[in-house]
Amino acid sequence: MTEPVLSVRNVSRKFGALIASNNVSLDLRPGEIHALIGPNGAGKSTLIKQIAGGLRPDSGEVHFLGRDVTALSTVQRARMGLGRTFQISALAMEDTVLQNAMLGALGAGRRPYRFFRPVLKDRDLREVAETALDRVGLLDHAAIRTSDLSHGQRRQLEVAVALTLKPRAFIMDEPMAGLGASGSKRLTGFLDELRHEAPILLVEHDMDAVFALADRISVLVYGEVIATGTVEDIRNHAEVRRAYLGEDA
Amino acid sequence: MSRETIFNAVLALGLLLFPLWAYVADEPFMITLATRVAILALAGVGLNIALGLGGLVSLGHAAFFGIGGYAMGILAHHAQSYTPLMEVPFLIEGTKSMPVIWLVALAASALAALVIGALSLRTSGVYFIMITLAFGQMLFYFAISWPAYGGEDGLSIYVRNSFPGLNTLDPIQFFLIAYVILAAALMFAAMLAKSPFGLALNAARQTAERVETIGITPYRLRLTAFVISGAITGLAGALFADLNRFVSPSMFSWQTSGEIMIFIILGGVARLFGPVAGAALFIALEHVLGGLSEFWHIYLGLLLLAVVLYARGGIIGTLAGREVAHD
Repeated sequence: MTEPVLSVRNVSRKFGALIASNNVSLDLRPGEIHALIGPNGAGKSTLIKQIAGGLRPDSGEVHFLGRDVTALSTVQRARMGLGRTFQISALAMEDTVLQNAMLGALGAGRRPYRFFRPVLKDRDLREVAETALDRVGLLDHAAIRTSDLSHGQRRQLEVAVALTLKPRAFIMDEPMAGLGASGSKRLTGFLDELRHEAPILLVEHDMDAVFALADRISVLVYGEVIATGTVEDIRNHAEVRRAYLGEDA
Repeated sequence: MSRETIFNAVLALGLLLFPLWAYVADEPFMITLATRVAILALAGVGLNIALGLGGLVSLGHAAFFGIGGYAMGILAHHAQSYTPLMEVPFLIEGTKSMPVIWLVALAASALAALVIGALSLRTSGVYFIMITLAFGQMLFYFAISWPAYGGEDGLSIYVRNSFPGLNTLDPIQFFLIAYVILAAALMFAAMLAKSPFGLALNAARQTAERVETIGITPYRLRLTAFVISGAITGLAGALFADLNRFVSPSMFSWQTSGEIMIFIILGGVARLFGPVAGAALFIALEHVLGGLSEFWHIYLGLLLLAVVLYARGGIIGTLAGREVAHD
C-alpha cells in the first residue's frame, strides 16, 4: 500500500473536562477524497486545527509527507504544501477577488518582502492567480471587491486561494456550505477532478456531496472516530446510523 | 481619475501655494505654519503605515518622533558647543548638517522601532495600545531625567542646521525642504501600499489566519511595517526640532502620540493623504480657535467625536467617498 500523504496518529486534545479529540487516527492517501463527517460539536474543527496547525494536541502525532509536523507552526505546514480552506471565509474582504488570489500566489512564491513594484504588475503572480480563479469560475469577478461576493462565491474564492499554493494535500472545511444546488454540483465535479492533483480531506455536511465524492469516510462523534470505511460501509454501519444519520437501525 | 486623486492633488498643491502666497505677502509666520503642517503630516504618514495599512494602533509613536528630535538636538548641541559626543573608543563629533542628522534620526528611530515592535507585537488589541504607550512614557521620563541634554528644560539650538546650497534660516527654503521630504514619503507610502509587501500586510490586518495558511508569518510583516513607520516618524521628529530650533521631552509625551493619531483619524485612516488633510485641519484649528480661546481643544474634541461617529473615513472619506477597489 502506498504511504499516506497525511496521517493523524492517536491525537487527543482536551479543553478542561471536554474531550474534543479522543485518540483520533485517520490518514489521507494519494489521490483520494477522505470525508470527515459528524454532528455539530463532534470536534471536527478542533481536529482540523490540529492538522493544519494553530492547535497543538495533548498527545499523538500528525505526519505530513512522511515528516512529523506536530510541533510545526501553521506557516511551516503551509510551506510544506498543506492547503486549507476555511469554514467561515477568511478572506481580505476589503480587497478585490484578484488581490486575494494574488495573496495566495505571493505566499506560494515566498517573496512577500518586496516594497517597490506594484504587485498587480507582477505577471508571474498574476498568472498563477488568474489561472486559479478561472478554474473555480471566478475570473469574471476578478475586479470585484470580495465583500460584494455572494456567500457561495466566497467559498469558491477560498478554494481558488488554496489552489494558488499548488498544495500536496487539501484540507477543506465545509466548502459546499451555502452554495445552493447548482453551485454545489459544480464544485462537486471540480473536487472530483482535483483529487488527482492532491488528495483532499473534506469536512462536509452536504451528504449528497460526501456520498458522491468520498473514497473513504470517517465519522467523528464526541471527539472519537467511530467508523472509517467506504461509502457503502458507512451507509450500512449500524452505529453510524444510530449516532449520526439519526435512524433506528 | 478618482475623486480621491483629485482631492489629493488639490491638497498637495494647496500646501505648496499657501506658503508661496505668504512669501509674496511677506507673512513669514504663515510659512512656518505650513512648515508645521508638512512636518506633522510626515509624522502621520509614518504612523499611517502601521495604523492604516497594518492595523497596528500604536499610541507610542511619540517615542520615534522624540528620538528623531533628540538625534537632531544632541548632534547639533555638540556641534555648537564644540564638544565631541564621545572620544573613546573612537571619536564621534556633533554635526550641523541636516542630511547627516536625518540619516542618524532614521537609523536611531528604526532601531528603536525594531526593539519596541519586537516586544509589543507579541500582543494585540488593547494590550498593544498600552504597551506602545508604556514605551513612549518610558522614553519621556528618561529624557526628563537626563541632565546632560537639558533634562526637563530640553535643548536649544541657536542656529538652524544647514543644508548644502540652501539657506535654511529662510522660512520658505526650509519649508521647501520639508515639503519635498513629505512628497517623497507620500510617494513611498503609495508604492508600499501597492507592493507585494503592502498586499500581504493589508491582508494580515484583515485576516491574519489566512496569511498564515499561505505560508507568510504576520508577525514579521508587522514588525517590518512598524520599523518603516517608526523611521519615517523619527525623520519628522528631526525636522520638527529643526523647525523650532528646540527639543524637549514633550516631543516624547503621550499627547504627541495622540496628536499624530488624531491627524490620521481626522484626515482618514489608511488614506494616503489622510495625515496631510488631518494635520492641515489640526494646525488651522489651532491657529484660528487657539486665538479665540486657550481651551480650543474642547472644539477639537467635539470635531473628533463627530468624525468618529458620523464620518469614519475622515475628511477624505467624506469628500471623496468610499475607497475604490484597486484595479
